Amino acid sequence: MTATNPLPAAASIPAAPGRPSHPETDPRLEAQVSYGDVRELRGPLLVLGDVDGVGWDEFATVETPDGARHGLVLEVDRDRVTVQVLESTDGLAPGEVRVRFAGRPLEIVVGPGWLGRVCNGRGEPLDGGPPVTGTTTMPVSGWPLNPVHREPPHEPVLTGISVIDALTTLVRGQKLPIFSVPGMPHLTLATQIAAQATSKGAGFRVVFAAMGMTHADIAYVRDRLEERSAAGELVLLLNAADDPVIERILTPRIALTIAEELAYVEGHDVLVIMSDMTSYAEAVREVSAARREIPARRGYPGYLYSDLASLYERCGRIRGRPGSVTILPVLTMPAGDITHPVPDLTGYITEGQIVLSPEVDARGVYPPVDVLSSLSRLMRSGAGPDRTREDHLDVAAQVMASLARARQAAELAELVGSAALSETDRSYLAYQGVVEHRLFDQGADELRSLDDTLGRAWAALAELPERELTMLPTTFLDRFLSARTETP
Amino acid sequence: MDAMTATVSGAARGAREHGRAGVVIRVNGPLVEVEGVDGIAMLELVALGPARVTAATVAIAGERATLQAYEYTGGLQVGDRAEATGRQLSGLFGPGLLGQVFDGLMRPLSSAPIWLTADRAPAIEDAETVARAWRFAPTAAIGTTVSPGDVLGVVPDAGSVEHRVLVPSDASGVLTWIAPEGERCVVDVVARIGDREVRLGEPWPVRVPRPFRNRPAGSVPLHTGQRVLDLLYPVARGAAAAVPGGFGTGKTVLLQQIAKWSDADVIVYVGCGERGNEMADVLDGLSQLVDARTGGRLIDRTVIIANTSNMPMMAREASIYSGVSVAEFYRDMGYDVVVIADSTSRWAEALREFANRNGDLPAEDGYPADLASELAAFYERAGRVTTLGGAEASVTVIGAVSPPGGDLTEPVTTDTQRFIRALWLLDRDLAYSRHYPAVSWTGSFARDVVDLGSWHVANGDPGWPVRRARATALLAEADRLSALAEIVGPSSLPGHERMVLLGGRLLRDGVLMQNALSANDGFCSAAKGAALLDMVLTVVDACERLIESGVAATTIEQADHGLVLRAREETGPDDADAVRERSLEALRLLEELR
Ligand SMILES: Nc1ncnc2c1ncn2[C@@H]1O[C@H](COP(=O)(O)OP(=O)(O)OP(=O)(O)O)[C@@H](O)[C@H]1O
Ligand SMILES: [Mg+2]
Repeated sequence: MTATNPLPAAASIPAAPGRPSHPETDPRLEAQVSYGDVRELRGPLLVLGDVDGVGWDEFATVETPDGARHGLVLEVDRDRVTVQVLESTDGLAPGEVRVRFAGRPLEIVVGPGWLGRVCNGRGEPLDGGPPVTGTTTMPVSGWPLNPVHREPPHEPVLTGISVIDALTTLVRGQKLPIFSVPGMPHLTLATQIAAQATSKGAGFRVVFAAMGMTHADIAYVRDRLEERSAAGELVLLLNAADDPVIERILTPRIALTIAEELAYVEGHDVLVIMSDMTSYAEAVREVSAARREIPARRGYPGYLYSDLASLYERCGRIRGRPGSVTILPVLTMPAGDITHPVPDLTGYITEGQIVLSPEVDARGVYPPVDVLSSLSRLMRSGAGPDRTREDHLDVAAQVMASLARARQAAELAELVGSAALSETDRSYLAYQGVVEHRLFDQGADELRSLDDTLGRAWAALAELPERELTMLPTTFLDRFLSARTETP
Repeated sequence: MDAMTATVSGAARGAREHGRAGVVIRVNGPLVEVEGVDGIAMLELVALGPARVTAATVAIAGERATLQAYEYTGGLQVGDRAEATGRQLSGLFGPGLLGQVFDGLMRPLSSAPIWLTADRAPAIEDAETVARAWRFAPTAAIGTTVSPGDVLGVVPDAGSVEHRVLVPSDASGVLTWIAPEGERCVVDVVARIGDREVRLGEPWPVRVPRPFRNRPAGSVPLHTGQRVLDLLYPVARGAAAAVPGGFGTGKTVLLQQIAKWSDADVIVYVGCGERGNEMADVLDGLSQLVDARTGGRLIDRTVIIANTSNMPMMAREASIYSGVSVAEFYRDMGYDVVVIADSTSRWAEALREFANRNGDLPAEDGYPADLASELAAFYERAGRVTTLGGAEASVTVIGAVSPPGGDLTEPVTTDTQRFIRALWLLDRDLAYSRHYPAVSWTGSFARDVVDLGSWHVANGDPGWPVRRARATALLAEADRLSALAEIVGPSSLPGHERMVLLGGRLLRDGVLMQNALSANDGFCSAAKGAALLDMVLTVVDACERLIESGVAATTIEQADHGLVLRAREETGPDDADAVRERSLEALRLLEELR
């Protein structure tokens, strides 16, 4: 691996005072001495000796004979500094390296200049254009948003995908991951959402951060999102599978920093898609292992929860400002295991989850969402009267409850044969078929209106005897249930 | 301000002069080592670097000390100044807590900027808090002899309960001066006992439990408003309870419901390493809801401590202690307080994170060996007590536990179970089938159930213990039979067993399930809960009688049980009479099946 590309001009521009805590007058910011006493090189780590005046978490530039690499300060201990090198330490020789410290954490340029651009995982153009420029810089790790200033999310982001819009409605300012397994069409789904998502407010924008993706997948993503990119509504950050692993630690942070500016300063509703978070977590694990830290579960460090939270918690809305950041992480569960630390900790941080299932996939349903394990926790405030449609929440609750019942009936049928089922149970089996094939199943480029989606839900519910629809008030039954409106 | 920053406990006493400073020699995230701070004491706070990042001393070896920083340490360098402060982590305890949101270090968040940077003033120096004036009304007379816990005066308009200014635990003697009625700020002296000046707000080190007189015998239930808890797994005032459950099983919703509806005087809600949106939601929800007992807003009986997962990890560790200290502060005024901590697992993770960075020998899953004693120390701060002033009051502690992978054998879950009186175990299968609250009736327990049953018997509900016993028996029997039905098919079970299955369903769906979002069902009074359960039990009896008189099981199963199932949603939160009417109607309809 000889990744020697410089960070974007963005990262190396002398920063405007992006951090309130470090006034411009701090003389340290001017310190640009370089150090060359390399004591140790191990995995992504570089340990320097005889260093003075370097702060924790500072950004560093590693000058090598064949170009510059970049790093972050992980520890300062007396005169020793441990630097995590983003492009790895491969090929470095102790005598040939000099390190400069920026006097501040890594910052990037932010602003609308990113829109329509295609960049690598460090924000360098891949589209042949000039480096992204702008007048403001921000630290990529961001600052925690004061919870008192948060506006609770309560408007929907419509994706045009029935199963999501109907049952796990995405809400402006929410974080809702897609849990998948290798081989499932999660990338198709993620790009479909990226291409189709809209909100009521003007100016929907998408930042798509790819981590550890194959070149074939990257080509697919670029192709699927061509239109939105051309319209200047999309930022693409692409870290390929053969790009430096440690760079992946940076990619989502750059994406979120760009998104926060677009949202809270420019006033856009921004959707940040981050795929694949499992690759990201592996990079975190790699650094941790190199530091010989005590692992918690399956080799992942104990701070993985907080690390993931420092990304996912950057979603939200701010009181009194337009704009929002909605986060949709995509992750593949190793061996389909939802208790694996990455999906598990993600589930503990996010506001629900959309789970893809090989069984549903095998039945030929796209997107293969396992709706019973999926949930949008904020749906109750983002859907329903004044948000989507007044019957939405009740219909969704009924569809889910009936599906749970249908699943029980199907399990029973497998044990005792469907002939032994009651008539009611058989109607549940019929209902399941209609729900899956008329409501859930959809084309990979098909955009459905919410009315279309809810109409299909009602059509499926009509398969059940009316006494089973206990979650629907009679007023809705009268208005929407086709069986009723047809036979007076 | 000087007395405010003075040492509040034994720590670092005698080494109190200002300007004791050394230098930073190592920074590894929140772990900082310093050298040359004279007389540094364990737990003493140190201000680090130009941003004066707050850090607490956790180990001392000769000239060196290890600190845990409560803020982001970015930019902190070797050689930066480390200045001892002479005090422990303390909150300023006075009027102005109720209705407010604080971070883990007890700094008000309402006066903090949108983005939380590292350079904020300590809790006891917050400008807005210090400047705010309150109406103080004295109740004690000059010349009387007072002792700790006695009421000196009150602040009537500081939240939904009367704020009582007490004689501090370290003061007693003759009241030589008391402020006349009028406006006072928290830093103002309001009384003098001997030489001891008592201010309207007094600092208290949050890691130190506040003293009380004793723990009286006997159990009194805390009514939570959640049926499955109040009917099956009740908790006593002053007990500790834990809610373990995998992600999405409903811990936060359950705890928020308790925060809204339980019959405590004061609620302390600690969001410990959880979501910012949830905190915003709690704040919004409580601000809009009316407290039925006081007519005020629910937020006015609540103190929120928010240290979300992206806020500094070590402040998360402190937030738990801050929360219990606030609770004890109101307990000492004679109130029943509930502290809710969501989630204690995130707090334990902060302990682990720091221990690991410090190179401590890890025990299970990387947690430090003293995890169990830390958990015990936290849950032991719960209690129903006689306060120093002689009042009966309580701190009930309810903690969420978030086991990794839903694995209930992990250390935080197993250790926690040893120190609590009630366990409300949330079951993933129930949650996935949208049975909320997903409190499992196989894994949960309530250790005080016999005593609490006696309390109900003595306080107007003699049927309570029998009702509960029947409900748990019905649930267990229905579970056993439905496992059997999966093998042989439900239709091959005898009629009365099919009625047990039906009864189990009515009990689960009609009584135990409770929709947090519903205006009628979100809260349930004790009377309505009892009426609902009685209804289901009498309906089950009636069904059994129908079977005995020869009615086909299928006929009974397929009858419309909507009247029973919808009762919880369609009757008011306190409308036991309406439930009883429905019960009669349901019985009448069943009779028609004959
Ligand atoms: N009593 C209830 N009534 C209605 N819905 C509920 C109830 N309890 C839980 N839910 C649903 O379950 C979702 C998840 O609940 P909650 O946020 O409390 O989970 P949690 O256990 O706190 O998860 P985490 O550990 O990830 O924080 C809620 O958003 C809501 O949709
Ligand atoms: Mg929760």
